[in-house]
Amino acid sequence: MNNTWSNIQTVCKRELTGYFASPVAYVFIVIFLVLIGFFTFSAQLGQFFERQEASLAAFFTWHPWIYLFLVPAVGMRLWSEERRQGTLELLFTMPVTPWQAILGKFLASWAFLILALLLTFPIIFTVSYLGSPDIGPIICGYVGSIFLAGGYLAVSSMTSAITRNQVISFILSVVICLFLILAGYPPVTDMLIQWAPSWLVDTISAFSVMTHFFSFQRGVLDSRDVIFFLSLIGFCLFTTSVILRSLRTN
Amino acid sequence: MIKVSNLVKTFGPKVAVNRISFEVERGEVLGFLGPNGAGKSTTMRMITGFIPLTEGNITVGGHSIVDNPIPAKRLIGYLPENAPAYPDMTVRGFLSFAAEIRGLRGAEKNKAIDRVVELCFLESVVHQSVDTLSKGYRHRTCFAQSIIHDPDILILDEPTDGLDPNQKHEVRGIIKRMGEKKAIIFSTHILEEVEAVCSRAIIIDRGKIVANGTPAELKGRSKSAGRVRLKLGGLSGSVAREKLTQLPSVEHVTLLNDDATAATLDVSSKSPNGSLNAQIADLAHQEQWRIIELYTQEGKLDEVFRTITLPDTKIKEGSAA
Repeated sequence: MNNTWSNIQTVCKRELTGYFASPVAYVFIVIFLVLIGFFTFSAQLGQFFERQEASLAAFFTWHPWIYLFLVPAVGMRLWSEERRQGTLELLFTMPVTPWQAILGKFLASWAFLILALLLTFPIIFTVSYLGSPDIGPIICGYVGSIFLAGGYLAVSSMTSAITRNQVISFILSVVICLFLILAGYPPVTDMLIQWAPSWLVDTISAFSVMTHFFSFQRGVLDSRDVIFFLSLIGFCLFTTSVILRSLRTN
Repeated sequence: MIKVSNLVKTFGPKVAVNRISFEVERGEVLGFLGPNGAGKSTTMRMITGFIPLTEGNITVGGHSIVDNPIPAKRLIGYLPENAPAYPDMTVRGFLSFAAEIRGLRGAEKNKAIDRVVELCFLESVVHQSVDTLSKGYRHRTCFAQSIIHDPDILILDEPTDGLDPNQKHEVRGIIKRMGEKKAIIFSTHILEEVEAVCSRAIIIDRGKIVANGTPAELKGRSKSAGRVRLKLGGLSGSVAREKLTQLPSVEHVTLLNDDATAATLDVSSKSPNGSLNAQIADLAHQEQWRIIELYTQEGKLDEVFRTITLPDTKIKEGSAA
């Protein structure tokens, strides 16, 4: 058990040093912060000031859309790069189980995304300076955003195992994540409800990250939402392990 | 230390490895020879647990690589073909990762890193990032990774590929020295390497073992092995041939070269007892021939390699055409 953890940590540490060895990590963080700031404060999009309310709704609303492109950009190299460089052979002949490797790499990129997200903390000071916001929904919103990033990232981990080509991995991952958004996006569900039975629409939207992500923002930590994201992550990482195993077989 | 029995690997309808069995003990350096695509790398990948086996069994230090891969992998140091390494890390960072994943920490880890850096001549590039290294340095970095935990078993897939002659010599020296205490398997295309380093060699062709023995034994299978090469000065070659043919143990004499200054002859023996050399020397003494060269040929490994593996290659080329 001890060994398991230290292996996961070692893989995780290696992956993280890899991120920060190149300027890519810093560029990513800057782009993320600029984008999220623009979407939040823009008078057309987030309408942070126009809303006249002391909440971070304007901030969180855009996370699923910003993550849609930025999380696959982080995750696309996870396994495709290992395959392209041949280091997959190195990693899987070291005394590490596939699960330790998958989890270690996933946790590293997740930690990186969480770091980028936590750097948005000035927004909390801003909203506290302007009014007196309810701190519960803010914390829940951040927790939800962390889970959302983890869910997308697990999808990217899966698609990056499929191919050595990072671009293909990126596109596949964006498409799947887009589906996860649209399945519960009100304009889409409103259209579906006109011809599909409501139980079907509800079932489909239950698979959407939107439904679950927004329930976090109401300030409720519902175990169903947590379980949804954890099972999305679990399923995608399991699929990653299946893909990697079949790669080695053929 | 390594026991491979009845190993089979198929990729779809293609049989890459076909019932290979062999053993390697501590203190042995086993050379893996064979044409490209013969199944060398595939076999090595199965021994190191990278790809699953279709059939058969492999045990490494008593642990089955199928049922108990982690303890088995702990014993192995592996240098894959093309020497992959993480390009975004420094050499030291990469070696540090390899050491940690092998359970080395703190002072022990630093000692291990310093040891392999010195052994593989990496001092000048320790703080350089892997993707800026030349091929030779990257190769040695990956080699350093494979010996960082001082493993009992080393599997090296073409360890001298892409190195310059000096580096090749160094790496061979390292392998030979380590071979005294470890079990080593390495694959190569360079036959002189096998003679220089290996205690035993296996030739694989199209997934099957076609020869297994010490380099000397393999060379003995060569047609030229045991023949005596004789070069005489100031004498007609045909005269010498006549005299030589009359010797009791001579089977056949070939006149290779005959000119005004010297005659070169190739003498084959009826029985391989090695007395032919002495008999020829006596004859030359008696006839007062001037000997320029006289030696028993050892046989050539590349000749054996070609006679064993070439017929199949020809068939393949024929069917492809």
